[in-house]
Amino acid sequence: MKEKRLMNRRRAIFTGITSAGALLLSGCLKKAPPTYGSILRMGDDLTYLVQRGLLSQRALVMEYQQSDITSFPVTDIGDPANPASTKAYSKEYEALLKTDFKDWALTIEGAVAKPGRYTLDQLQKLGERSQITRHSCEEGWSAIAEWTGVPLAALLKEAGVLASARYVSFYGFDKYAESIDMLDALHPQTILAHRMNGETIPARNGAPLRLRVETQVGYKSVKYVQRIVVTEQFVDPAQDIQAGWSWYNGI
Amino acid sequence: MSASQSIKTENIRHKGWVKSAHFVITLAFLALLVSGYVILMSHPRLYWGKAGNDLTPALFELPISKNYHHGGWEKAIPFKNLHGSQVTAARTFDIFNENGWGRSTHFLAAWFLIITGLLYLLAGIFSGHFRRDLAPGRGEFSLKMLWRDLSAHFQKQSFAKGKYGLLQKITYLSVIFFLFPVVILTGFAMSPAIAASYPFLLKIFFGHQSARTIHFFAAVLLLLFLLVHVVMVIRTGFKRNLWAITFGK
Repeated sequence: MKEKRLMNRRRAIFTGITSAGALLLSGCLKKAPPTYGSILRMGDDLTYLVQRGLLSQRALVMEYQQSDITSFPVTDIGDPANPASTKAYSKEYEALLKTDFKDWALTIEGAVAKPGRYTLDQLQKLGERSQITRHSCEEGWSAIAEWTGVPLAALLKEAGVLASARYVSFYGFDKYAESIDMLDALHPQTILAHRMNGETIPARNGAPLRLRVETQVGYKSVKYVQRIVVTEQFVDPAQDIQAGWSWYNGI
Repeated sequence: MSASQSIKTENIRHKGWVKSAHFVITLAFLALLVSGYVILMSHPRLYWGKAGNDLTPALFELPISKNYHHGGWEKAIPFKNLHGSQVTAARTFDIFNENGWGRSTHFLAAWFLIITGLLYLLAGIFSGHFRRDLAPGRGEFSLKMLWRDLSAHFQKQSFAKGKYGLLQKITYLSVIFFLFPVVILTGFAMSPAIAASYPFLLKIFFGHQSARTIHFFAAVLLLLFLLVHVVMVIRTGFKRNLWAITFGK
């Protein structure tokens, strides 16, 4: 009589893969953003965890030549200085723009030892980095520009970011907001830009200060930044996930 | 004798793993086609080079959504410190954009395609399937044979030999070892994080927008393959072929 084997090769391979997967998942899922039961958001989390696990987190995105700079469309949710813009209008921003951002200051708070406000002069003293990089919009287009600004890592260090801090949220005057994890926040090319193509950032490109997250698609790079909040817990400040969008966009 | 039994007696046989991979990849590919089309609808312009957008010249534009040739732009403002004619302009047009689910569906389906594709490649190599069933045999690969096989496709003839023809082998090999790798790698090249780790992707495909355009054409060729494949499946005995790739033993 033929004996029924408990393990054949196919079953061994299958068992191996599934148990390795289960082990990996139990360790990683705690770090993943919530999915609210959506299978699409589970796919987003898989991409996030695999990209974090397999890609070099310090690799720099390609930097281009001056001659590669292209025209740059503005495709945001609206003009924060225009009262007709229902989604984005901010009275405070309109006033600041009228006085050339004389009284503007950036707030940083949350999981930092020294929460506070920084004027543009104070920010500029923390360091400067210029980079000619490509902005890739989720819509499909891309544009190349030179950005000059303060490395976010320098500001976080100055503010005394706590060892337990894991996420950084950015709130714009246009009521738009995004958060990134500490790996992207400390990436050398993640900067708070105050100059674009060698001039003060044009108003609609995010004046006076905009975020550049070069390792993700365009919509993570918050414009018109007003406030930065460092947190230990995951925060999705503009509810990307509930609105049906991926929180992580390295792809 | 029932219909299914008569079908079973035909001599087409596929291995279990070939059938499983075929099933998963078919579903993933259909999801990628639909979501890819939805993504393209939100910006139906294609370019060549490192970057491209509504304010730069396009290679061509597809009339597939209300975004086609839309003219909703504010007055362009030139960058004064640049030597060229680069400008910035704000969009006033409310575009069609369903990329929230479009992109995430695309990437989820891509996971199924890539994982199944890798397992299929490994199994195909180690089982000898590629060598035995797909690689053209000794003396089979000649212009004369190719011509004979090509002309046979336009005549009424019997295909059911249980073995692949020369043209069929070349087509399957191109799809597996050329079109799918190109469509996957151009997809990777468009990802900011992947391209940061592997910048050669941007170089071999001539830049971000060139990669997007090549991705589009590779997808069109894969769709063309799918259509011809379905036509051939129907012409050579739809029920029998369908049975062989699904439940046939």
